[in-house]
Parts: sequence; C-alpha cells; structure tokens
Amino acid sequence: MATTPILKLSGISKSFPGVKALDGAQLELYPGEVTALVGENGAGKSTLVKIITGIYQPDAGEMQLDGKPLVLHSPEEAFAAGITAIYQETVLFDDLSVAENIFLGHEPRRARGTLIDWPAMYARTRELLAELEINLDPQTILKNLSIAQRHIVGIARALSIDARIVIMDEPTAALSRHEIEDLYGIVRGLTAAGKAILFITHKFDEIFAICQRYAVFRDGRFIGDGLIEDVDQDKLVSMMVGRNVAQIYPKRPVKLGEIVLEVDRLSHPTEFEDISFSLRKGEILGFYGLVGAGRSEVMQALFGITHPSRGSIRLEGRELSITSPRDAVRAGIVYVPEDRGKQGAILPLPIVENISLPQLDRISRRGFVDMAAEFVLARQYGERLQVKAASWSDPVDTLSGGNQQKVVIGKWLATQPKVIILDEPTKGIDIGAKAAVHDFTVELAEQGLAVIMVSSELPEVIGMADRIAVMHEGHIRHIFSREEATPEAIVTAATGATPAPISQAALHRAAFA
Amino acid sequence: MQSSQQITIDRPAASRAGGIPDRLPQRPTDLLLRWEVLLLIFLALVVLINVQLSPFFFDPYNLSDATFNFTEKAIVALPMTLLIIAGDIDLSVASIIALASTAMGAAAVAGASTAVLLVLGPLVGLACGILNGWLVTAFSVPAIIVTIGTMSLYRGICYIALGDQAYKNYPDGFDFFGQGYVFWVFSFEFCLFIVLAVIFGVVLHRTSFGRRVYAIGNNPTAALFSGIDVQRYRLVLFALVGLFSGLASVLLTSRLGSTRPNIATAWELEIITMVVLGGVNINGGSGTVPGVFIAAFVMGFLTFGMGLLNIPGIVMTVLIGFLLILAIALPVVIRKLTSARRRSA
Repeated sequence: MATTPILKLSGISKSFPGVKALDGAQLELYPGEVTALVGENGAGKSTLVKIITGIYQPDAGEMQLDGKPLVLHSPEEAFAAGITAIYQETVLFDDLSVAENIFLGHEPRRARGTLIDWPAMYARTRELLAELEINLDPQTILKNLSIAQRHIVGIARALSIDARIVIMDEPTAALSRHEIEDLYGIVRGLTAAGKAILFITHKFDEIFAICQRYAVFRDGRFIGDGLIEDVDQDKLVSMMVGRNVAQIYPKRPVKLGEIVLEVDRLSHPTEFEDISFSLRKGEILGFYGLVGAGRSEVMQALFGITHPSRGSIRLEGRELSITSPRDAVRAGIVYVPEDRGKQGAILPLPIVENISLPQLDRISRRGFVDMAAEFVLARQYGERLQVKAASWSDPVDTLSGGNQQKVVIGKWLATQPKVIILDEPTKGIDIGAKAAVHDFTVELAEQGLAVIMVSSELPEVIGMADRIAVMHEGHIRHIFSREEATPEAIVTAATGATPAPISQAALHRAAFA
Repeated sequence: MQSSQQITIDRPAASRAGGIPDRLPQRPTDLLLRWEVLLLIFLALVVLINVQLSPFFFDPYNLSDATFNFTEKAIVALPMTLLIIAGDIDLSVASIIALASTAMGAAAVAGASTAVLLVLGPLVGLACGILNGWLVTAFSVPAIIVTIGTMSLYRGICYIALGDQAYKNYPDGFDFFGQGYVFWVFSFEFCLFIVLAVIFGVVLHRTSFGRRVYAIGNNPTAALFSGIDVQRYRLVLFALVGLFSGLASVLLTSRLGSTRPNIATAWELEIITMVVLGGVNINGGSGTVPGVFIAAFVMGFLTFGMGLLNIPGIVMTVLIGFLLILAIALPVVIRKLTSARRRSA
C-alpha cells in the first residue's frame, strides 16, 4: 500500500453565516486506494468536497498536492490540477452528446484552436469508453441514457482530463444491484491505474466492499481515519454518531393524551409505501432518515401537497380527505417546511402579513382585514417565539434565518392547530435560535399539541422525540421508543443495514404502540 | 374555535414599552421617494407642458374631453393591476374588447335591445377571461404564451365575422354609456372609472382577497403552503380582467357607435404600460391601485398633449415605449441608490 498521500488537507475550516461547516478538518488521499468519507447529514462532507474541487475557498487550513501547497480559486483550477468529482445527481448536460459531455471545456482543437476537432473528439471518446469496457455511441444524446450510463459518462469525463483524484459522491444512490457491480469494476480499474478515489456513501456494505481507507466526520470536525481492515461497522457507527447525545436538549417527560392522528398504510406511487403510525396529544414523534428516504414526501402528503395513492389519515377518529393544504389547515394539521425561503415564508412581505396569512378569514370582517387584530396576532405569537425585529412591519427577508423560522412557526401556531409538522426546523439556523425552537417545541407538546419533528440530525431527534420513526427508501424501518433509541440502532436502521427486515406485524404493533 | 375572542382581548393602542413597535416612523425622504409621489410630480410636469401648449387646457370641457382617450383603457388597467401583482399577465385584453364589441354588433343587427347589449358585452368578456384562466391553470402554461394565443384567436374571430365590414346600427340609448354625461362635464365613463378605482383600491389594499393576491405574486409556492387555493385565485383574476375588458368594450363601442374588426388594436400595450408606469412590478408581488390611477392620468394627458401638438401616432407609440422602459428601469435605479445610501448610513 502507498505510504505517501497525493492529496493532504490539514486544519481546514469553513464558516457560513451562523454555521461553522468545517472546523479543523483533515483528510489524506492515497494513490491507488479508495477512501470512504463517512458521516451523518450535516457532518461537513459536501463542504469538504466543494473545497477540494475549488467551489469553496477555506477560511483557514492548508491543502497539499504531492507535498506542494495547493490553493484553488475556482473549479477550473481544481480541474487543471487533476481533481474531478462525480456527483450524486450527475451535473452533465442532457441535450449534449456523450462526447460533448466528456470533453466540454477541453475539446480537442484544430486550425490553431479556433475549431473543435470533432473526429479526434469522437475517437478519444471511443478509446475512453473502451477502457471502461462499455459500448456507447459517442454521438448519443445524454438524455437517452440510463442513470448508470450517465455515471459512466461522468467517469469518462474524469478520465479524459487524466484526473489523479476522483471524488464520487454517493454514486450508487440511484443504481440497481447489477449496475453497482459494474461500477465497482470501474472503481477497481481506476485504482489499478493509480488514481486516488474519495468515495462518499451511506451504505456500509459498499464501504467494506471496495474501500481501503476511511475518514469519519461529525459536526464539521474530523473524528478519525485509518485502514478499513482495522475497523468494523459498529466502530464506524459509534464514530459517526458520537456518544454525547441528549444532554443539552430541553425535553421533559409529558403525560401523553389520547391518539390524535392515525396514519394507516399511506402509500405513494414513487416516494413511499405502507407508512403507518399514530400520534398522541403531547407527543413529539421524530422522523429520522437519510436524505431521500421519503420523510418530507410523507409529510407533504399529510399536508395535501402530494397525493397518496392509498391508505388513510384519521384525525381524532375522523377519516380525513386532504387534497390541498387548505384542507389540512382547516382540519388542524400544519406544516413548517424545510425550505423556509421558498415554501415557508413569503420573504418580501412584512412579518405581520406572514403571520396572518393562513387565517385571514378569521381576522377579517366581511372580507375586510382588521389590521389592529392582525398586529395583535403578530405581537402575540412574535413575542411568544421571541422574534427579534425592528418592527412587525419589517419584511421577513430582513431577519436572520432563525428569526425567519420563528415567524413561520408563529404563523402556524396562530392557527391553533392540533398537529404541527416541523420539517428540519433547525436546519441552517444558529445555536441560539436552535435552542429557542427546541424550547418552544417542548412547550407546545406540554400544552397538548401533537408534534411531528422531521430531522436529519441524530442528536436532535434522540434529544427531543418521545418515539422515533426511522425511514429508509420510502419505508418506515422501525419506530423506536425513547428507551430503545440508541444512536447505533437508529443509524443501522436508517442505512438499511438491518440484518433481517422487521416483520410487517411487528412494525404494525410498533406503529400503534 | 374559541380563539377568535383570544385575539381581540388584548388590543393596546400602541406597542408596549420596550416591545417591538408595529411600524417604524417613516423618514420624509422615504415618502418622497415613493413611486406614487414621483408620478404625481411627473403628472404636474405634464399638465404644466399642456398649459404652455394650450391656453384652454384648464377649461372644464377640454379636461373632460381629455379623459375620454384613457378611461376605457384605465378601467381594464384596474383588474390588470391585480393580475400582474399576482404574477400573471393578459395580453389578449384588446382582442377581448374587439370580440365583445363584435358580439354586441351582431346582436344589435339581430334586434337586441340596449339592456341585452349591456349584459352581452361583459358576459363575452367574462367567458374569454375564464378561458384564459382555465388554459393557464389547468395546463400550467405561462400566461404570456396562452394570452398571445388567445389574442390572435379572439381577434381572428372578429375578422372572420366582419371582414372589411362594420356593425353600425346600435339601438337608441346605447350611445349614453360612451358619450353621455352624469352631471356637468363629468362623463358616465369617467364617473364609472372613479367608482371602480375606489372599489379596486379597497379590494386590493383592505381585504383578505387583496392580501392573498400579494402573497401569490410574491411566492406562489409559499402561498400554496399557507393554505391558499392559488389556482382558483389566478382563475378568478383572469375572469375579472375578461369581465372588465367586456365592460370597456361596451363603453368604447357606445362611444364610437360602430364596430370594426381592428377596434382597440394594440390597446394591450398601453394598458400594460399604464399598470407598469403605475409602479406595479412586472414580475408580480408589488404595486398599488393609487399608483396605477395616477399613471392613467399621466398617460392620458401625455397623449392628449401630443395630440394638440399634432404629433403623429407612430411617434406617440415610440414615446409610450420609451415611457414603459423608463418605468421599468427607474425603480431599479432608485432601489440601487437607496440601498447604497442605507449601506453608507
């Protein structure tokens, strides 16, 4: 095995407003070896990738290529240094041909660089594809290819610049079993050619199948690295999740009331299947899963944005037919979406108008808005959530992310709902606002509201929820009680690494516990 | 819900001490930079030039004449204001006016009474507006594409029906709506416009309907996520624009006393210019009825003044185009200036 790394990162830090995405990160990539980059959502993996590929510039720290300092100002410079990335959703051009996609930006030229040398480009493409042992016409338009074939085009692009460092960001996420085997073959071929590969995945079987090294990140910090042969799955999981959970969360035991919401075998043609759970008054039900597990889709179905194909939703014993958010709000189910700026708040409008929006009818008399009542409402809920603003008439986009989120939550609380769904309520907001949202969530539960809290942050769900539903690939794998909810068990369920699937009957029992 | 009382119990006149105020006091410069104020200054300038050109400008009868060339367009501009604020647009309004006029002409030939025509014109407009709205919402096609299509469609029907002919025989009493006066120099058209402007202003700025229009125009997704039936609102707004185009058609047909297939040609541009000049963001989300109200007078007096100067129509079109570009560019410049000032402050 190689002993000197091609690429070495040390002390890399990167902050965004309110968030420290990376704090003193380090990473080493070796020629001819695959290094697995492991960590939860929000651990800082994608920020790290963006720094290596020149999209972000680090605030501090150093990168070395072959022992020489490397400073990247743009993706083009990373490209020139032989670093390339193949993303989860391949960023290629659907309407261009295979050859054009591979050579975009560095096409073979003729006539003193003024014209593209098409015959040379096609010939080089054929060579590259032959190396990868794939039979594709260089002139095929990309949108006619399967996702697996597109990945291979992405890899061919990496080879075309003679990249020495190839980053693969969850390359198998959308591939079938058979296609994954083909990809492994290609990865082995690349390492045999001496390339260093950074492989990002959530699937442990892949880590053990093709990686030689690992590096674990948690909350923007480097936790540890080493050789795969020296670790097992349990060790990796415990490094990923850490042990210091549930100490800073304000969760207090609440006496649960009667069942408010029952969801039975809710299914969607493409996003999720057989989702069953119940929710009691005063309960906080956590929904954990990896990105793309289908959590938001389930929540949006409860809120009438997407339409389930079958299954039932019952609120206080009555079966509901929810075809629009309007129906959901009327029934008493409200949703604080993940994407604050696009879905949650109407940013250019004043705080007061955002808060009153879902219930204009209630503060209007014969259609006329009672503006005094509107300000009372805004003050009541704005102050309760401790929104910080210069005035209630300020546009929401002048507030910080945390205060924007408080406005969105306030707008829904003002409707006095029975069930509130919080989708990643603390994503991208600072620590202080996070604590305020947590405090508030607990307070709501104590007052008898039923809360669903979707979160990709393990400490958050473990610290806040009474029970935790873990989703994987559109299914609820298990619903954990507070006692059985260990970080290891949850991560295992979320990554689909459970040895034997839990029986439907057991799942049903857990759902209606 | 028991909560309606909860909301009204606590109603202090001003904010509590130390709390966050409802509104910040406005600085005089902010008021001065309001679009409506700038428009008023511009309007004064236009009037001043008109006075220089003609000593009779302030004559009540002359002023009254001046209103005739913009009230019909301004009546369509009112619902168009709501539609554009909601993020849509309707380019087919002039064609709707023509189609409604053609329908009324044909009905008049068949012996319809004035009362029937008064119902028929707006009804045809309403139907056209509903068709526009249905096409836009049911098939998720951009409004600009749909209404370019229906613009040709509605106008085309007029040409098929009329060719190079004209309908001229309108019943007795029909001429009142475009030519009659309510009292002194105030025409029926003008009085109707004033009443409608007040109604539209109240609807947009004081009702929950208006609030939702702003919400949809600023962010249709978040509006949907806030429980607003966005598609139904869009459909209603298109229907309103159609209905008032039909009403404008009654006024115009009555004023001209005849219908040719090229009636109201290119009015859609003047109507949209009026709305944009009034300070409505062409991308939706902001704008006021008072702004559009003032803009209607600016456009009306400007073209009237140019008419006095015998400026040819084609040059007027150039000037209207220039005005439209100015109206779009100026707010951007002002915003940049004010934000630069705020940063340096």
